[in-house]
Amino acid sequence: MSEAVKFHFDVDGSDFSSAGAASVMVKKKLRQLGYPPEVIRKVSIAMYEGEINMVIHANGGAADVEVYDDEIVIILSDTGPGIPDVELAMQEGFSTARDNIRNLGFGAGMGLPNMKKYTDSMEIDTRIGEGTTITMRVSL
Amino acid sequence: MKISEIKDLLDAEVLCGEDQMDREVSSACCSDMMSDVLAYVKDQGVLLTGLCNAQVIRTANMMDMHCVIFVRSKKPTDDMIALAEECGIAVMSSRVRAYVACGKLWQAGLTSNTEDHDV
Repeated sequence: MSEAVKFHFDVDGSDFSSAGAASVMVKKKLRQLGYPPEVIRKVSIAMYEGEINMVIHANGGAADVEVYDDEIVIILSDTGPGIPDVELAMQEGFSTARDNIRNLGFGAGMGLPNMKKYTDSMEIDTRIGEGTTITMRVSL
Repeated sequence: MKISEIKDLLDAEVLCGEDQMDREVSSACCSDMMSDVLAYVKDQGVLLTGLCNAQVIRTANMMDMHCVIFVRSKKPTDDMIALAEECGIAVMSSRVRAYVACGKLWQAGLTSNTEDHDV
């Protein structure tokens, strides 16, 4: 088994205009590595939604992408407020984003459901007042 | 439909991607909510929007789109145009409003390419 290719990004939570930049970078790198467009689209959309969520809700965080022979793993961790009710947060249309975020084109309550939809598995580890880590896997 | 035909139909100004004008696109979508574009859009090559921020370009990139049209005379910043160039996305601005722009394109044969026409 060849060694995993790993990417790490610090996601800046103070500037919304840069939100999503890490996902654009990952998409570019996966294209360079020659992965199929469908796989790249799934990974980049899921990561993009997660990245936007980190900026909106958790003042940024860290994004890691690990590329293995059989899967791509995306790990998003933040030290934000945590998700009080994960089941509720997973419902399409449920959002706690403020109106200013909706004015920017996000906060429709589709982020988490979309991340689940585009990946083969998603685990949410969240602690109130401590932060959230989301691990998503896309099979190759 | 070629991207250049969209430009003519909407009397749009091309801000970047002149080299993409001969590219064929077969469907389009229109939304100011990028969340909805990410959730509902599938295989649409063109995005029409009245929202004007960097996430529009990034969303189009995520969805493998070829062209973004800002309606209602919205003008993207230089940073947004540079990002679109990097991503290989043609960007245009049109004074036409979203509803009319969609109508013109649909009438000319550029539909949404989805069965349920949700977006």
